[in-house]
Amino acid sequence: MPLYTDNKDLIAVEENTKIIKGSNVIITTLDKIVNWGRSNSLWPLTFGLACCAIEMMAAGASHLDLDRFGILFRASPRQADVIIIAGTVTYKMAPIVKRVYDQMPEPKYVIAMGSCACTGGIFNTYSTVQGADQFLPVDVYIPGCPPRPEALMYGLIKLKEKIMKEEGRWGSWK
Amino acid sequence: MGQLEIEKIDETTFVLQMGPHHPATHGVLKLFCELEGERVKKIVPEVGYLHRGVEKLAEYKTYPAAMTLTDRLDYISSMSNNIAYCLAIERLMGIEPPVRAKFIRTMVAELTRLSSHLLWLATHALDIGAMTVFLYAFREREQILQFFEKICGARLTVSYPRIGGVRLDIKKNVLEEIYEFMKVMLKRVDEYETLLTENRIWIARTKGIGVISPEEAVSLGITGPALRGSGVCYDIRKHAPYDAYSEVDFEVPLGQQGDTYDRYLCRIREMRQSAFIVKQCIEKMPEGEILAEESPDMDLTPQPKRIIKGGESLWSGFVEFTDEKYELIPKGEIYSAVEAPKGELGFYIVSDGGGKPYRMRVRAPSFIHISAIPKLCEGHLLADIIAIIGTLDIVMGEADR
Repeated sequence: MPLYTDNKDLIAVEENTKIIKGSNVIITTLDKIVNWGRSNSLWPLTFGLACCAIEMMAAGASHLDLDRFGILFRASPRQADVIIIAGTVTYKMAPIVKRVYDQMPEPKYVIAMGSCACTGGIFNTYSTVQGADQFLPVDVYIPGCPPRPEALMYGLIKLKEKIMKEEGRWGSWK
Repeated sequence: MGQLEIEKIDETTFVLQMGPHHPATHGVLKLFCELEGERVKKIVPEVGYLHRGVEKLAEYKTYPAAMTLTDRLDYISSMSNNIAYCLAIERLMGIEPPVRAKFIRTMVAELTRLSSHLLWLATHALDIGAMTVFLYAFREREQILQFFEKICGARLTVSYPRIGGVRLDIKKNVLEEIYEFMKVMLKRVDEYETLLTENRIWIARTKGIGVISPEEAVSLGITGPALRGSGVCYDIRKHAPYDAYSEVDFEVPLGQQGDTYDRYLCRIREMRQSAFIVKQCIEKMPEGEILAEESPDMDLTPQPKRIIKGGESLWSGFVEFTDEKYELIPKGEIYSAVEAPKGELGFYIVSDGGGKPYRMRVRAPSFIHISAIPKLCEGHLLADIIAIIGTLDIVMGEADR
């Protein structure tokens, strides 16, 4: 197979992706391949705070099986890509959530699941943080009290779409 | 560690902080474990990581609206919490719900017990290392949640019961579906038992772990299946029947040794009894009303109106108010408890006559069970703490409130 091909041998299959005619080779941008890899193996952290954690478990269990999307729950923040803030964050818990988030390797994403993590929800009290976005950069908000597992799945798909649009986030190679 | 200082730490002992982020602590519980090698010398639990101020928040909401907060206490069995809350207000107001509502409540309470026990079984087995049970138990749990959805439209935080009855009537075809599912459920419970009851690893991990004598269990205030595992027959459904429990027939399963394995067997047998109660409720359910007439409206005014001094007509333009107010809800205080899946769930409500509770205190079983962890863990290995936390069936939403 020749290393350099004429333009007429390249067939564009989708945006920024071309195949060399008659070979087993794809030409694409580094952005696209990195984002493709990242968005298809989102590993969330097993980190439940309150009610929404039960729906998060239900989404990961037999009926709705998140594994088929490449989403595997990891118990250690050092192996996780995304943290799902599932439940109410209190002022006592917020420093620990921040610490767990800091332990995660880059690139890292945050999903605020449920009304409490989005805005504080019905718990407008002295002890509750009014939304996880007060101390974490939230990527996707999922409303509901608690959101259905399907809503969590939709949120994860939205996060995938967001990751696919990223540019130049492949660290030190650049 | 602040006030929870553990004394005398020398070269052979060290303190391990377990939690609040630990997959096996069932929420956000923190344990300071003083270890000698792998043996536990002393444990100090720290709670409060999920303190949301539910009790204080309830003082600012009217009685019907405060029920939505009880959903989020023990979020695994929200139906039981709602029923406990409604029952307390009903007893305060002196309302008697209609018979059909009583049967519906009993049925949904037992369905909730099933779903709660299934989640307990799933997570307890997962913590100890049996992954299959988790997937099996969630399969049935999802079915029960779908029934809740058909009954009231919500899966987890239902707010289905009302003070003096229930919100919606259940259709006949849904009742038939539940009845058919209960037959399947009994077979499924056998299926879980084949996975665990005679499993050698399961027996090695649970037998003789966290033993507690009946006297100690009573003095620590443990209730529910954790107490019955020690052989103490205490079940509010049997001893102070509420709703329709006096009209259905069921047994209270008891353990003997008071260890983790007996508590496991107790809950498994309770699941069978629950399925049995649900079937009876559907068979005996009469037709009729579902909400008592005296039930307070959803738009209950928070402040009671003042009594106008009688005798004078409003036409005169001057209305003389007195300091006395109408009583929306009778003045007084009440403690009422139900048998929630975790244990005795009590609501203590003080009313000052207004539309809002003056004080609402929750006697949460999980909070009291957490206080029993140090006693149960004494002298055990570090790995057994996980089994003991699992067997007590702790929910932090309820413990921290």
